[in-house]
Amino acid sequence: MQKEINVKVNGKEHLVKVECRTLLIHMLRDDLGLTGAHIGCVVGKCGACTVLWEGRQVKSCMVFAVQTSGSEILTIEGLAQNGHLHPLQQAFWDLDAAECGYCTPGMIMAAYGFLQKHQNPSDSEIKHAISGNLCRCTGYHNIVKAIKKAAGELEERENHG
Amino acid sequence: MYPVEFEYLQPSNLQEAVKLLQQRGEDARILAGGQSLIPLMKLRLARPRYLIDLNGVSGLNYIKKENGHLLIGALTRHAEIEASSLVRQEVPLMHEAVRVLGDLQVRNLGTLGGAIAEADPAGDWGPVILALNAKIRCVGPGRERDVEARDFFTFAYSTALQTGELVREIAVPLPRQPNLGTYMKLELVAGDFAVAGAALQADIDKDGICADIGIGLSGAGECPMKASSVETMLRGQKLTSAMIERAGWKVQEVSNPIADLRGSPAYKKEVLKIVFCRALKHLVEMRAQVST
Repeated sequence: MQKEINVKVNGKEHLVKVECRTLLIHMLRDDLGLTGAHIGCVVGKCGACTVLWEGRQVKSCMVFAVQTSGSEILTIEGLAQNGHLHPLQQAFWDLDAAECGYCTPGMIMAAYGFLQKHQNPSDSEIKHAISGNLCRCTGYHNIVKAIKKAAGELEERENHG
Repeated sequence: MYPVEFEYLQPSNLQEAVKLLQQRGEDARILAGGQSLIPLMKLRLARPRYLIDLNGVSGLNYIKKENGHLLIGALTRHAEIEASSLVRQEVPLMHEAVRVLGDLQVRNLGTLGGAIAEADPAGDWGPVILALNAKIRCVGPGRERDVEARDFFTFAYSTALQTGELVREIAVPLPRQPNLGTYMKLELVAGDFAVAGAALQADIDKDGICADIGIGLSGAGECPMKASSVETMLRGQKLTSAMIERAGWKVQEVSNPIADLRGSPAYKKEVLKIVFCRALKHLVEMRAQVST
């Protein structure tokens, strides 16, 4: 059963033909070529597929593409602006918050959504926010530090326009 | 890990959704948050031929206080319940429980109505609404009815909902003051269902006597369980350490956990006693800190 849907991804409109059972992650990766979101576990536990759907962090392996018709999605590819990394991406780089990098896009998207709504988060608030994102390499330490650093960066930008 | 092919239906109002559900019967499933259904479909444990997406139906997402109750629409997201200051103030048990339900992403999409209708034996909302003696408002073809939480969960992943019926609202009687509610859960990993969990809402007087108590258990059986006999045992009793301990043993006695990846029945019984006793002790301590 096929459906044609229109969906805005990273600010760009797309018209895509999908099956009703096509998962959002597969539409993003296979139909739109946006392979930043990763498939880690397939069962909805690891969070490597996390994207923002209408501003909310969701696991794109647990959403059908057809559900997103007429709405907006933000993936990791949509963060950098004019060749400049988003503070989260920069902080992950600066503080070695990625090792194999597999969990990283999902981790950053989860953090991005969180920082949109929370200023000056504590470590425990950050950990609560990324509890749906598994990392097998880093032990999370540098990830939390990077998110904290990015939060500070974003707050400064907010304050100094 | 692809679901079996299905037809995707998008009703624009509740009547249409009920009609579709009734017409398609066993071949249809409701899509609310999808955080339990979609994984089941991917594993092909659920194979609906029709998926009725309820997310286009307005008027099912709200949290309001009315007539001594907290009314929550079935499509209200866990995240919205977590963020609600009304919930935090009026029914802190719900706030505590939703914070440990799933993870951030699951809470963004998952709904209260969907979670309750899924009736997971290790789910978090089941025990909470059992402890609170909530009413589940169901709508079906040509009728609406209220089902008491204690009658709602019938079997593993099964509820009292009949063909064509869906959950419309959950009505929670506002607890009396001082508001003593807590949810204690053991999970193997962050974001998991419970190995075992205990939801308690109690009425304790200044002398430490339990006037009333509601107890819901997760992981204690094939479905979320109301520990009615433990409630009866505790009513009118002074909550001494010895009494709490005795109640803990009773919890073990009445529970009948299923063996699964999270543990053996013996292990779960052990955990149930511990989380229950800790939760009850916590309420006693909370009460002691209230001045009157």
